[in-house]
Amino acid sequence: MSAVDVTPVPMTAKRRGAQLGMLAFAVLIVMGAYASVGLGINDKIPSGMLGYGLGLGGLMLAAYLVLAKFAPWADPLLLPLVTLVNGIGLVMIYRIELAGAKDASAASQLMWTALGVVMFSATLIVLKDHRALQRLTYTAGFVGVGLLILPLLPFIGTEINGSRIWINVGFSIQPGEFAKLALVVFFAGYLVAKRDVLALAGRRLLFIDLPRARDLGPVLITWGVSIAVLVGEKDLGTSLLLFGTFIAMLYIATQRTSWVLIGLLLFVGGAVLAGQVFSHVEARFDGWLHASSNDLYYRQFGSSYQLMQGLFSIGSGGILGSGLGKGHPTLIPFSFSDFIFDTLGEELGLTGLMAILMVYALIVQRGLRTSLAARDPFSKLLAAGFSFLLAWQVFIIVGGVTRLIPLTGLVTPFMSAGGSALLANWILIALLVRMSDAARRPPPQAIQDEGLTQVMQR
Amino acid sequence: MNGTIKRVSVACLLMFGLLMANVTYLGTVKADDLRTDSRNSRAFFARYAIDRGWITTDDGKTTLAKTVDTGDSTYRFERRYPMGKPFAQVVGYFAPESSSGIEAAEGSYLDGSHPDLVVRRAIDMISGKPAKGASVDLTLVSKAQQIAYKDLASTGKRGAVVALDPKTGAVLTMVSVPSYDPNPLAVANKDTVNKAYNKLDKDDNKPLLNRAINLTFAPGSTFKTVTSAAYLSDDTSRTAETEVDAPDSLPLPGTSISLPNYHGESCGGRATLVEALTISCNTPFAKMGMDLGYDKLKEQAAKFGVGEPLQIPLEVAPSNIGPDQGKAALAKTAIGQQDNQMTPLQMAMVAAGIANKGTVMKPYLVNKILGPDGSEIDATRPDELSEAVSPEVAGELTKMMVNVVAHGTGTSAQLPGKTVAGKTGTAETAPGKPSHAWFIAFAPVDNPQVAVAVFVESGSAGNDATGGAVAAPIAHDVMQAVLGE
Repeated sequence: MSAVDVTPVPMTAKRRGAQLGMLAFAVLIVMGAYASVGLGINDKIPSGMLGYGLGLGGLMLAAYLVLAKFAPWADPLLLPLVTLVNGIGLVMIYRIELAGAKDASAASQLMWTALGVVMFSATLIVLKDHRALQRLTYTAGFVGVGLLILPLLPFIGTEINGSRIWINVGFSIQPGEFAKLALVVFFAGYLVAKRDVLALAGRRLLFIDLPRARDLGPVLITWGVSIAVLVGEKDLGTSLLLFGTFIAMLYIATQRTSWVLIGLLLFVGGAVLAGQVFSHVEARFDGWLHASSNDLYYRQFGSSYQLMQGLFSIGSGGILGSGLGKGHPTLIPFSFSDFIFDTLGEELGLTGLMAILMVYALIVQRGLRTSLAARDPFSKLLAAGFSFLLAWQVFIIVGGVTRLIPLTGLVTPFMSAGGSALLANWILIALLVRMSDAARRPPPQAIQDEGLTQVMQR
Repeated sequence: MNGTIKRVSVACLLMFGLLMANVTYLGTVKADDLRTDSRNSRAFFARYAIDRGWITTDDGKTTLAKTVDTGDSTYRFERRYPMGKPFAQVVGYFAPESSSGIEAAEGSYLDGSHPDLVVRRAIDMISGKPAKGASVDLTLVSKAQQIAYKDLASTGKRGAVVALDPKTGAVLTMVSVPSYDPNPLAVANKDTVNKAYNKLDKDDNKPLLNRAINLTFAPGSTFKTVTSAAYLSDDTSRTAETEVDAPDSLPLPGTSISLPNYHGESCGGRATLVEALTISCNTPFAKMGMDLGYDKLKEQAAKFGVGEPLQIPLEVAPSNIGPDQGKAALAKTAIGQQDNQMTPLQMAMVAAGIANKGTVMKPYLVNKILGPDGSEIDATRPDELSEAVSPEVAGELTKMMVNVVAHGTGTSAQLPGKTVAGKTGTAETAPGKPSHAWFIAFAPVDNPQVAVAVFVESGSAGNDATGGAVAAPIAHDVMQAVLGE
């Protein structure tokens, strides 16, 4: 072997300028949407538009500056995309508030967005290297489970609309939203440590290698926790979200399809069991299967009224929608939280919904891209876990409100009204940004020709 | 690990693909079903987003239905009916989930969805203005309409009045009593409207029905004009002076009963047609009917429009002389009894046909349609329906009917300085039950400008109500109002 040509490692472009441009574009779209709401409702550009626009623009500029300083190599698309969905969510809540829905508050959503950006910045500033989280694997696990069961405690736990997922400490928080983050960190750390064991083949059944029976422990425990959430807090959505994410991460870590099958089996078994034991689960299922029947539509408990109103909303929007400010969002109960997607369907039409789904798909794609580019297993697993969590959450809630799957309550990430979810999701994005920064940062350049002992990446 | 991450990426792609496919399905294939689902209130809201065209009459001078801008964002345009009850059944109502009368029949013009208005609508949509509908101007003479309503309603009678322009077929008056106030039905609130509607619907007097066109009644002696028309047309040598048998009582073949004259009066054994019609003898006309046969009578009735489905544009219930049930039944059919059932509009058409030298014009209610900018989009042109009798026969019939008002049962319909032709009717409804009172007429005879049919329902005007006493005075008032005196 002769001397190896030392070709310089290609530098990743930072694309800071492009990112700023896209961020400005996202803010511009949102301001346009604000103006459109005002014009649609009373032919006037809303007086608060400049305030909202400048507020959002200022916030995002701050986030951009923090990102440029503390994660200069980060993916340039993540922040503009998230800004766009967050902004459209703000506009929609503003619009629903104008229509007179009493619980919709654009001001409070803007405040939570601001806090979300603060959390985003704080995460980037404090967490210089996300691999530090690997050392907190079990702490994260305990914190996650602790947060999950917090609403079940007496006094601070409160039940709203049939779900016990809030705690009241002066104001209401959904600890489950933060538990998601902690649990994904735990899953990543745990699976990186145990994946070799979990990947060991046990007996072979047909064409599938079954894992050893004693390795079933973690799956069963996660399944148990999910069922507990389902039973104790009547929160189908979070239960499904956590279990699905865990199975996906387990599959990524072990490369064993058998885990997916076991997971599916456990899930279906759990769902059937829950359906038989708990009336509200069965009601949700019935309401999905026969949504348009008058019996279910008009029944007093667990009716399909809300779902059908959501579908009416999308149907009435058609391809181009009625235009912002010209629909009837108040017809759907909780149009500003769980059903914000359907509300958007009426006013922005199929076109708008496709665009929004595209933006979500792009966010997920950027996250998975980060995962592929990451240099260590923990980072890969963590990035993939967060990305899948986001995709899975969008699938569960959007699928639910469009009657693709049975409806389970979850927030639409970044769009639904709700502070806890907004904060947690901004932290999630900060972690993805941090990891993409690490993944895209060019490796240290060789100081001298190291000849045959060249360091290989990955 | 990259292999599995890629596979998970594909799974994510698949999930988004499914969501997009499903949303596309909802937004395109299912959109129409969802949009028009009765539980989707948007269709209800949409009714109030349109600046609906007005309904007017007297060439636009009298407003019957108007749209007011309430400024409310959900229910911006509301419908009002300033003239209220007298016009209710004709104009109809525009309720949250239904509409009736002209509001329904001309709905596509009023809400601007008619193809004639498509360009205008597109301009409104692009410029962001609320859609505006076309106005409908009716042929009614509001003064006559109000007098007819007052005459009927003030004394608690139930019935209908129809007045036509015999030369064009324009409906000058169409009143049905009891009536209702359409305003409470036009409120933008389903619950209150449903309550108000159900109350009207359950009312035994059926105020929602338009008695002039929705229901048929035994026409009684007014139908003798049709029988006379058939008799005169059957043989051109016959005239008003032709003598016919007028026994005091006519044995009905195949039965053991005989048909008497009204209240058992005598017509003297033989009488001319004029005399028989003037005092409304039953037996001569019953015999004429039997002699002519069912087919000829039915054919004559059909020539006056009986059995023809009509849209004026309101749907008119078809009238019918009843099935062929033999001679005895035919005798009664010929004097407007048995299963002979006519709408008041149909009897007005008989009077109008005779007035217009035997030609029946197609009745119509809509004078013209005016676009949102006031330009004329459509106007009704008078149209011939059929030739009922020859001008000569029409002249003989007119002579006979003039005598009825001048010397017979219809004297209370006389107008000062004008010759009026008419025929009374008192139709038995059931043994022991009060009769329907009828009167058909037209005036002035030398240049007919109005033909009228007045119908007063059984029992609502006393037990021995007759067409001459109860119905003729109303016809008098209506004709006077139309003729402008």
